[in-house]
Amino acid sequence: MPGALLLAVTASPLAAAILCLAARQPRLSEGLNLAAAIVSFTAALPLPFLIGAPPALFCDGYVILDRAAAWVTLCSAIVYLLASIYAVGYMRLLDEDNRLFGFYALFAGFGCTILVAPVMNHIALYWIAIELTTLVSTFLVAFERAAESIEAAWKYIIVVSAGISLALLGTLLLYWSGSFVLGPSYTMTWAAMSGAAARLNPLLVMLSFLLALVGYGSKVGLAPMHTWLPDAHSEGPAPVSAMLSGALLNTAMIGIVRFLGIARAAGLGRAPGLALVGFGALSLFIAGLFIVRQQGVKRLMAYSSVEHMGVMALGFGFGGPLGIAGALYHMLNHSLNKSLMFFGAGNMMRAYGTKDIAAITGVLRYFPVQGVLWLAGAVAITGAPPFGLFLSEFTIMRAGLQPSFAWAVYLMAALLIVIFIGFLNHFRHMYYSRSDGSTGAPARRLSAWCAVPMWLALAPVLVLGVWWPGAIWNYLAAIAPSLSAGMP
Amino acid sequence: MPLAALPPLAAALFSVLAIASLLLSFVMLGSRWLKQYLYAFAAESWMIAGISAAVAFFDHVPELYLIAGLTVAFRGLMLPWLIWRMIGRLTIDREFHEIVQPASGLVIGALFVVFALAVSYRIAGALSVKPGVAVLALTVMLAMMLIGFLLLAVRREAISQILGLLVLENGIFLGSQILVPGMPLLFELVVLFDLLVLIACFGVLVAYLQTHAGTTSARDLKRLVG
Repeated sequence: MPGALLLAVTASPLAAAILCLAARQPRLSEGLNLAAAIVSFTAALPLPFLIGAPPALFCDGYVILDRAAAWVTLCSAIVYLLASIYAVGYMRLLDEDNRLFGFYALFAGFGCTILVAPVMNHIALYWIAIELTTLVSTFLVAFERAAESIEAAWKYIIVVSAGISLALLGTLLLYWSGSFVLGPSYTMTWAAMSGAAARLNPLLVMLSFLLALVGYGSKVGLAPMHTWLPDAHSEGPAPVSAMLSGALLNTAMIGIVRFLGIARAAGLGRAPGLALVGFGALSLFIAGLFIVRQQGVKRLMAYSSVEHMGVMALGFGFGGPLGIAGALYHMLNHSLNKSLMFFGAGNMMRAYGTKDIAAITGVLRYFPVQGVLWLAGAVAITGAPPFGLFLSEFTIMRAGLQPSFAWAVYLMAALLIVIFIGFLNHFRHMYYSRSDGSTGAPARRLSAWCAVPMWLALAPVLVLGVWWPGAIWNYLAAIAPSLSAGMP
Repeated sequence: MPLAALPPLAAALFSVLAIASLLLSFVMLGSRWLKQYLYAFAAESWMIAGISAAVAFFDHVPELYLIAGLTVAFRGLMLPWLIWRMIGRLTIDREFHEIVQPASGLVIGALFVVFALAVSYRIAGALSVKPGVAVLALTVMLAMMLIGFLLLAVRREAISQILGLLVLENGIFLGSQILVPGMPLLFELVVLFDLLVLIACFGVLVAYLQTHAGTTSARDLKRLVG
C-alpha cells in the first residue's frame, strides 16, 4: 500500500510533464499539472500514517520510505499543490501563452525531482536527485528571460553546482571510510552507514560530514553559501519561488540531517551539532541584516527563507526530541507560510507592476481581503503567536536551553526580535504609509486563482498554531532517536 | 585493500597519470585563451580514462573498462565538442579581466597543492594508510578541487566558469577511480550522464546570456545585489 501511494506521488508529476510536452496546449498543461499536484497531494497525505518504526524499502532497497522521508514528501506535496493552483492564476498574467506548456512541463518535472529526492536510500543517488532539482529549476528561474532572470539563473546553477560538488566529495570520502570496514564494494545506504558508523574512522566521518554540510548547505541556503538564493527566489515567477523556498530547501535539508545522523552515530560528540548550529546562527544574523535594509519585496521573502533555514539548522543542531521535532514541525509551518508570502508578494508585484517595496502603498485600501491574508501571513512568518511558527520556534529554543548551546538561544531570540521589527516595518510602509502621488493605484485586478491558495495556506498555519496534535508530536518525536543516536 | 598490494609498475603508472592530470589543470590556470583551457580539459579527461583502464587491469575490475570508455566518449570527446561549439558561437575567445594574473594564479595553485598534500598526509596518518598511491590520489583530488574553485573565483567568462566546474568534477572522478574502485557502477554512469545534462543546460544558458543580458562575462552580471 505505501509503495503504490509513493509511486502515485512521484509518477504523476512525471507523467504530467511528459504529457505537457506532448500536448503543447497552454490550458491543457495547466489542467494536467494541477491534476498531477492533486494526485501527489492526496497520495502523500496518508503516507505518514502508514509508516511505522521500520522503514519500508522498495526497488531492491534503492528507495526508502521512513518517517522523516514521508514527512518531507508530505511538506513538498503540499507546496506543490498550492503552487500549482496559484500558477494557474499567476502565469495567465504574464501573457506568455505560447511558452506556457514548457513552463508546466518543467514545473511538473521540478515537482517530481523534489518528491523523489527525499526517498532516495542510496547516498549517491540522493546526490544525483538533488543535482537534478538544480538543473530543472534553473530554467524555471530563467523563464521570464529578462536580463535579471538570466543573471539569477546563472548564479544559481554555478554556485549550487560548485557547492554540491563538495557534497559529492563528502559522499566519496564516506564511501572510502566505509570500504575499510565493509569491504571494497558495498551498497552505501543511509542505514548501512549509520549502522557501521561506530566502526568508521571518526576523522574521515567528520570531514565528510563537514563537506556534506557545506555542499548541501549551499542548496539549503545557509549563510554564507546563500548568495544565489535571494536572486533566484526573487527573479523566478512567484509559483516557482514558492516551490524553491517551501519545498526544495527542505529536500536538501533532509540530506544534511541524515549526514548528521551518521556523524552522531559515529560518536563524534557535540562537534557535528555545533557546526550546524554555527551555520544556523550565521544565517539568522545575515538574514536579519538584509531583511532590515531590504528594498525588493520578493527579496525580502527570500531572506526570510534564509532566516527560517537557519532556525531549522539550529533545531537539528540542538538535537534531542524537542529540537528535531521542533525543526520538522517548523519545516511544515514554514512550507505553508512561505508559500502564502510568495503568493502575496507575486500578486502585489503584478498588481502594482513593481518589485520595489517603496512603490507599493495602500495595499489594504485596494485589496481588503488579500491584504489581510498577506498581513496575517507576515505576522505568522516573523514568529508571532497564535500561528504555527511561534510554536515550532519556541520548541526549538527550549531544545537549545542546555549549557553548551544557551548562547545560540539568546542570539536566536535577539535576532528574531530584530527580524520581527524589520520585516513588519516593510509591511507598515506597504499598508499604512500615504502614497506620495508618484505611485498610483494598482493597474490590475487579480483572479480568484491567486487568492484561494492563500486561504488554503493560512488556515492550517493558524490551526497548527493553536493546536499541535498529539499524533503529530509523537510522530515527529519518534524520528528523533534515529537522528540523534550517540548524542552525549 | 587493493591499494596496499599494488605492483610497482601499477603504482608508477597511476602516479604518472595522476600527476599529469594535475599538471594539466595548471595549464588551465596559467592560460587566458578559452580554447587552451578546453584542450587541457580534454587531455585531462583522457588521463583519467587512462587511470580507469589501469585500475581495471591491475585490480581486475572489468566494469571499469566500461567507465574508461565512457569517460573518453563523454568527457574526452563529447563535452569538449559541445563547449567547442559554444566558444565558436561566441565572439570572445580569451579572458580579459582576470582578478588574478595567470602567473600569480600558478603560485596560488602551487600553494594549494602543498596544502592538499598536508591534508592528505594527515588523513592517511589517521587511517594508518601507508604513504603511496592513496596519498597521491587524495592530494591530486583535493588540489584539483581547489584549483577548480580558484578558476571559478578568478575567471569571469562563462566558458571559463563551466570549465572550472568540470575541473572540480574531474578531481572527484580521479579520486574515486583510485580510492574506491569498488564503488557501484551505476553511480558513475549516472554522474557521467548528469554531466552531459549539466553542459546542455549551460549551453542554453550561455545562449540566453548573450541574447538577453548582452554579455557572457560574469563581471557584468551585477544587477542583483543586496
